[in-house]
Amino acid sequence: MIGAEFIINTISLGSLYALVSLGLVFVYGILKLVNFAYGEYVMVAGYALYVLTAFTPVPWYLTMTLAVGFAALISYVTELVAFRPVRTKSLTAMLVTSFAVSVFLQNAALLLVSPRARAVRLPSWFNRTITVFDATVPLRNILIIVTAAVLLVGLTLLMKYTVLGIAMRAAADKFTTTRLMGVPANLVISAAFIISGTLAGVVSIFWVGRSAAVDPVIGMAPLLIAFIATVIGGMHSLTGAVVGGFVYGLLFNTLSIMLPASVISYRDAIMFVIVIVFLLFRPEGIVRGSYTEERVG
Amino acid sequence: MLKVIDLHASYGAITALRGVSLEVRQGELVALLGVNGAGKSTALKSISGVLRPIQGSIRLLDEEIANKKPEVILRKGISLVPEGREIFTGLTVEENLRLGAYTSYERTRYQNDLEEVFTLFPILKERFRQAGGLLSGGEQQQLAIARALMSHPKLLMLDEPSLGLSPTLVDQIFELIHSLRERGITILLVEQNAERALEIVDRVYLLKTGSLEFSGTPEELKSKLDIATVYFGGASDAEREVSL
Repeated sequence: MIGAEFIINTISLGSLYALVSLGLVFVYGILKLVNFAYGEYVMVAGYALYVLTAFTPVPWYLTMTLAVGFAALISYVTELVAFRPVRTKSLTAMLVTSFAVSVFLQNAALLLVSPRARAVRLPSWFNRTITVFDATVPLRNILIIVTAAVLLVGLTLLMKYTVLGIAMRAAADKFTTTRLMGVPANLVISAAFIISGTLAGVVSIFWVGRSAAVDPVIGMAPLLIAFIATVIGGMHSLTGAVVGGFVYGLLFNTLSIMLPASVISYRDAIMFVIVIVFLLFRPEGIVRGSYTEERVG
Repeated sequence: MLKVIDLHASYGAITALRGVSLEVRQGELVALLGVNGAGKSTALKSISGVLRPIQGSIRLLDEEIANKKPEVILRKGISLVPEGREIFTGLTVEENLRLGAYTSYERTRYQNDLEEVFTLFPILKERFRQAGGLLSGGEQQQLAIARALMSHPKLLMLDEPSLGLSPTLVDQIFELIHSLRERGITILLVEQNAERALEIVDRVYLLKTGSLEFSGTPEELKSKLDIATVYFGGASDAEREVSL
């Protein structure tokens, strides 16, 4: 049972969770805000997929691109109209705002579409199973791995070699000083929200692709996973988020096959116990992040 | 070049500046002295836009810049080297300098600027690809000043550049500030080390609990006031005890 299939599925799940976590930590890094509306960006992309596949003849690649773009747009708009006005206020104000945005978007979906789940029909090849290394896995799982690899490489290049990336890393470290370099505060924050929304959109394709349905509260699970994974991995670096995502995926899949059938329903509880115990010993997460690189001498 | 008129600033309920006026002329090296808590850093923060003043006018080349954002004020030509250097520790020396050139970037000019920085600060060439956090205190101070110079500021403001450095490094930093002035850079310097600052500056402003106590040349300051006033902030023994 533990073999190629387990490995591929674990890397696949880890990749998905790494992307979910990365989206959350991009905004956290700069604003120190856990954006509770993050799951709703996944949700709005899901509804974009639903509307485009059910009511328009748009081809699949355009559908996916538009859905990702829509999540990025919604993320940017929420920054503009909800977060920006309260940014200079307290962190509590920001946190409450993020809850408000979350509730607002959920209810918008509820009113505009339906409280009931809607079926999303992605192309059939998306869920077809294929055989790699003697393992039978859905093609979707292979696609997640490829997509995550491309995005991680792309984001790494962006953060390392572009001025915007350097400015975002600087802003995550010392925000005011970054502005003293002439970098507009709004630019880095907007960029963080757009990247965050884009990642949520990509995640949505695979999340919705797995369940083939979307409902107003579909964002809850990805938000929770992103939050826990970043806490495990370390909230103070992008690497931490990726590591956390993979560790979470590994833990989840391992428990799924190791636990006897009688206790499998307690899987989440067992997982949280492991996380809590882990954090007792290492509260800063696996990756400590740059704040430990405090100047010596 | 810079004219500050009747500046008031506070941190919440705590008033830090009560009507400070000062001026820095083209090519001058001016020091703003005073004890801890006199409001020196607050003045620099207000000028650079990090702190919004309650009242008063700040003019750069006759343009009002009070209440503007820090990124806008940097573009207008004021660059601040903040207290504690504020190096981006996770970024390399190269990346720190690249961000310093954020508003002025143009490939050939940037390369030339880097060469100039390397002549002024040879150590930064050696450390070019290292993380800023791995630099020593003195190196970080050099990087902070180099980073601020990358934007080609009209006015360079230095907040306590000698703080926490060993005596030899303090000498180096003051020599450097002096040489920057010789190159024609206009500088507003905030210092605790009054004695050393007085050796190199053209004019001095002395702050005391948020108000201007004195302004003039270093010679005037030395002749008019007991130097202890500069250090301890009080002319009488009673006051001295309080501030200590």
